[in-house]
Amino acid sequence: MMTRGMTNIVKTTTRLICGVIFIFGIYLVSHGHLTPGGGFAGGTVMAGAFILLVLAFGDDVKHLRKTEEGSSTLENLAILLFLLMGVAGMLFGANVFFKNFLEAGTMGELFSAGVIPFLNILIGIEVAAALFTVFLAFVIFKEEEK
Amino acid sequence: MILYILCFILFLVGLYGVITRRNVIKIVLGICIMEYSLNLLLILIGYVDEGVAPIVVRETMASKFVDPLPQAMVLTVIVIGLATTAMLLAIAIRVYKKHGTFDIREIKNLKG
Amino acid sequence: MEVLIAIIIVLMIAGSIYTLHSRDLLSAVISYGITGFGLVICFLLLQAPDLAIAQILVEIITLIIMISVIRISTREDVTERSTIHIKGVRYINMRTAAYIVTGAVFMIALLYFFMDATVLLDPFGVHQVRMSAAYMEVGAAITGSANLVAGVLFDFRAYDTLGEATILITAVIGILTVLRLKGRR
Repeated sequence: MMTRGMTNIVKTTTRLICGVIFIFGIYLVSHGHLTPGGGFAGGTVMAGAFILLVLAFGDDVKHLRKTEEGSSTLENLAILLFLLMGVAGMLFGANVFFKNFLEAGTMGELFSAGVIPFLNILIGIEVAAALFTVFLAFVIFKEEEK
Repeated sequence: MILYILCFILFLVGLYGVITRRNVIKIVLGICIMEYSLNLLLILIGYVDEGVAPIVVRETMASKFVDPLPQAMVLTVIVIGLATTAMLLAIAIRVYKKHGTFDIREIKNLKG
Repeated sequence: MEVLIAIIIVLMIAGSIYTLHSRDLLSAVISYGITGFGLVICFLLLQAPDLAIAQILVEIITLIIMISVIRISTREDVTERSTIHIKGVRYINMRTAAYIVTGAVFMIALLYFFMDATVLLDPFGVHQVRMSAAYMEVGAAITGSANLVAGVLFDFRAYDTLGEATILITAVIGILTVLRLKGRR
């Protein structure tokens, strides 16, 4: 019987550390306006967690195609919401694109800096979904070649 | 001044790879090396002696920050670079499946 | 500081030359990591931690994608004939010699003009902050963001970030189109 994916050692290690990597990605995105990190770096970390899962466990093509469709849709939704956040400032009376229309708050707290945390989260989702989609496209191409 | 010149030599190494190698994968690697050297040059220009990373710790301003503008621009370039590299590799693998080789001269001779 | 960065850049140059000349594509891709991880250390030394985090992860994902490409194709490099044998004596191919001379002249000219142009730049470490002086003075107070890079990226220059996201999505659509083997039903 052919087992899918890598050996048991790799699978067990992946099970242990994959969640930690994903939580670290979420931390980088949500604290992007306070510490080094932000949407780009955190999104890449989250994509790395998913890539590690697919590499270690493997999957069949049908399920991978569904996952690819879902991540592609998520990416499109994220960039659409990013654009809407830019337009939303105009509803609040400002006449410039990407106006920071929320309260700035006190610097150094988690909920501060107006719209910057929300834009960070949207960019994080977009980057993570985009990189994961690219990786899945290569994997599906390799599986379909056989 | 010597750092800028070393950085430009790294760029020239990438350019050399692009114009002399015949393998498509090597050409992609040369383009990536050129991109890395450009990122490094922008950050080198924005550095200030004994500067600290541009993160405000308290309400009081720190004495000296390095320039945050090149850092913000290069941060976008890094992620775009990954996407364009993946695009080049996708085209390369389709070329390989069609012609059976990575050699660009073979591809030119076969004509479509 | 300056000496340290110079040593790392020399290592990066050596690694990239090996990358371009190795016979095995797999070792070429792995030694390409020398350039990328050297760049990470340079970013850390130049006080750019955001870039270091992003670069080290992008480097790893690039390596994964390149290895997956090499595994479905071949790992042998194409043979390059730079010498020909006539009556047992090796001569350099005439066309190769012409390429080498042209390339060397071209690159020396480029290097000369770049060294001329560095006069216009500030020397390393005494950068005069012109454009972003306002960002550094009032940026933290206006945006409320402690990380000035995030402030510039998502408030002052959010339009650039929108363009970046558009390029990313376009590249992903291109990859999906190029790699699609069977039509969707």
